[in-house]
Amino acid sequence: MSESGILSYGAYLPRRRLQRQSVFAANRWFAPGLRSLAKGERSVANWDEDAITMAVEASRACLGDLDRANIDAVTLASVTLPFVDRLNAGVVKEALNLRDDVTAGDAGGGMRAGTTALRIALEGSQRCLCIGADLRKSRPASESELLQGDGAASILVGEGAPIAKLVDSYSVTVDFVDHFRATGEQFDYRWESRWVRDQGHMNILADAIGVLLKKAEAAPDQIEHVVFPVAAGGVAKAIAKKIGIRKENVVDHFGAQIGDIGVGHPLLMLTHALERAKPGERILLAGFGQGADVLLFEVTDAIIDYKPHLSLDAQIENRVADENYMRFLSHRGLVKLDRGVRAELDQKQPGTTLFRKRSAVLGLMGSRCSKTGTVQFPKSEISVDPNSRAIGTQEDYPLADRTARIVSFTADALSYSPDPPTFYGTLDIDGGGRLATEFADVTADDVEVGRPMRFVFRIKAEDEQRHFIKYFWKAVPENGGRV
Amino acid sequence: MVRGVKDKVAIVGMGCTRFGERWEDDAESLMVEAFDEAVADAEVDVTQIDAAWLGVGFDTQNTGPSGIPLATALRLPNVGVSKVENYCATGTDSFRGAVYAVAAGAADIALAMGVEKLKDTGYGGLPVRSRGLNFDMLGVTGSAPGNFAQIAAPYRAKHGVSHGDLKRAMAHVSVKSHANGAKNPKAHLRREIDIDTVLDAPIVAEPLGLYDCCGVSDGAACAIVTTPEIACELGKTSPVLVKSIQLSTSNGWELQHGGGWDGAYFHTTRIAATKAYAEAGVSDPRSEVDLIEVHDCFSITELVTMEDLFISKEGQAWKDILDGFYDSDGQVPCQIDGGLKCFGHPIGASGLRMIYENYLQLQGRAGERQRADAPRLALSHNLGGAPIQNVSAITIVGL
Repeated sequence: MSESGILSYGAYLPRRRLQRQSVFAANRWFAPGLRSLAKGERSVANWDEDAITMAVEASRACLGDLDRANIDAVTLASVTLPFVDRLNAGVVKEALNLRDDVTAGDAGGGMRAGTTALRIALEGSQRCLCIGADLRKSRPASESELLQGDGAASILVGEGAPIAKLVDSYSVTVDFVDHFRATGEQFDYRWESRWVRDQGHMNILADAIGVLLKKAEAAPDQIEHVVFPVAAGGVAKAIAKKIGIRKENVVDHFGAQIGDIGVGHPLLMLTHALERAKPGERILLAGFGQGADVLLFEVTDAIIDYKPHLSLDAQIENRVADENYMRFLSHRGLVKLDRGVRAELDQKQPGTTLFRKRSAVLGLMGSRCSKTGTVQFPKSEISVDPNSRAIGTQEDYPLADRTARIVSFTADALSYSPDPPTFYGTLDIDGGGRLATEFADVTADDVEVGRPMRFVFRIKAEDEQRHFIKYFWKAVPENGGRV
Repeated sequence: MVRGVKDKVAIVGMGCTRFGERWEDDAESLMVEAFDEAVADAEVDVTQIDAAWLGVGFDTQNTGPSGIPLATALRLPNVGVSKVENYCATGTDSFRGAVYAVAAGAADIALAMGVEKLKDTGYGGLPVRSRGLNFDMLGVTGSAPGNFAQIAAPYRAKHGVSHGDLKRAMAHVSVKSHANGAKNPKAHLRREIDIDTVLDAPIVAEPLGLYDCCGVSDGAACAIVTTPEIACELGKTSPVLVKSIQLSTSNGWELQHGGGWDGAYFHTTRIAATKAYAEAGVSDPRSEVDLIEVHDCFSITELVTMEDLFISKEGQAWKDILDGFYDSDGQVPCQIDGGLKCFGHPIGASGLRMIYENYLQLQGRAGERQRADAPRLALSHNLGGAPIQNVSAITIVGL
């Protein structure tokens, strides 16, 4: 019999990890008090990533080769979405090649938007992809700059063979303003962390957890995995102690390796718990922000056969230590470097052409000739096959999840790039087809003729006059982050 | 079998400006300068021109999208003027229009003009521009050196050539062209360089360094063509004749067909060369063609083109180059005028500049750089676009 619950999960972390010591070294003259935070590293999105692209990558990790045709809904929860008025989840839907008749929505409004979206989805009847993703932005020399990270997590819920079922859930809403950011502003304004700890985490959050556990008749010391999206390790342990949860069952917050990735963070920690959970174990998931969401799951036997398509551990390990604080500031728009005249190319994107080509541009949809089997990108009226000239025989053929091999490449130091040199080249796609595109997250050591690559959804360019972002697919080394 | 244009059209006059950073000039004055030389050379009057073609590569930098700027600059007698744009093959395509008109009998005397005013951009290199709305969504907006640099890695892989050997052969190409350009009073870059200068230069697009890239110049070049009979009436007893013109244009196979083109050669150049040799009646280009001007936008382009023109064996061009086969005193001199590398590369003019040099060499009028062995057959190769998608144009002229 079909049951409802969590069907799959995935996360995405950018490869670069900014060294907090590098940030502190640049800022210590001004903010020597940051010394205590100058340990470990945080994930930083590349210049061509944002909440949408990271949401797509987390969802690809979540979906793997699952049939996407039966996904009914997608919710993208974030407080740093690139568009205020253009459905961000709609871009994700196109990139994932989901059906046109899906329900799609953006969710935001605070740090528990991800857990709220997950709770709503679990209590609904649709097969829904719940994504939390943020590209965090904070003032230079702030605590947030050191504590935050970039990343995304994606949870597929619905009917099927769930790996975890929802036992019970509870939410409370209180206008507790620990931090805020007005519409149109770039940075958060934060209130004293001691107050947030005492009245926020220790009261509002802990009380909500207590209510749920009582409602579910669950003994706190019997909960094997507890997700508190609270950066300060001591606070998480204090909450656990107050409620009676074993402190060793509190899931790692990954402050040392990643930082707090925002709305996606509780979902990211949930993926970590699911990677380790055994049948019958319970997972408590909490989200905090102007109140709290608390969800209690029970892991099923299906977890035994479940293999994550791309594990969080592998992504944590697939890292490049980054000591370049200036590059981070530049990519976040916090330092305006002289980009030269070549950067002045107008990137205007007509809505008409994007709509016509959305499947190729956003979904990397190629085509396959039904007569000759020739695969090509993009689709065209007449087949590229020189021996065929077949007209109107091309059927959709998705290419995004295929691997490919480098045919040619260069590292271009002349073209404008936010992260020069620009690597690009031509790739032959395994199974047919060819794509000339940019490479992302590579160094000179990563590229050679014949090297295997895979495709990722990235920002191609930004129209800075009209503030539109153009997305396309780029190639990264095939083994990067793969399990 | 197409009849072709062989021996149907004669070049009776050509002109070419000094190429370079012509800060004082705009497209109009450059066109007038080239035309004045050509019309004096041809000994015809402007009123005798029946039709004209204007080749310009970058609209926005120059004259705008029509034939009007040429008609206006030269005060042509209200004849038909078509503007031609075909990337860097524009100059040859402009020549092709004029030659076809004469060969068809539609014009007695026709003019082909190519001009480019690039030095109004505010930076070195070619202008950055859109290549169409669809391309801008899913193509790579790379630089010209970035596009052409991509031949190197597949060439190395295919032929087992080391990075160092290929770099040295590429450097030899540039050293040779600088030596040639130094002897050309109209060349943009007139300084000899040594191989270490090339090898030690900063990288523009791996593996191309600064000296692997051609000059970006202002300039104009033009040709006045007519029938051999009219040429004779004009007193040109032994005119330079057009032996063949062939264009080959990519249709997406290189760009889209997985497992097809291997990235190590120019598909279109091989097609255009095969057709051009057939049209001109050349069976062994290595021994029959006396000198060549090729589209050496980058050293690697020239290197690979030696194979695509079937003069060097596949995988062997780098050795021929290092052996001096293409030097000014070699068996088949290549870029005896300095080439795009040093004569300069005003896009719309370049194809006509190559023909200009061949025209002078065939007539023994090339001054200090004149090839001594009385060349009789000369080839020019003009390429636009990128290795993966381009227009390749070949013109063979002879006595």
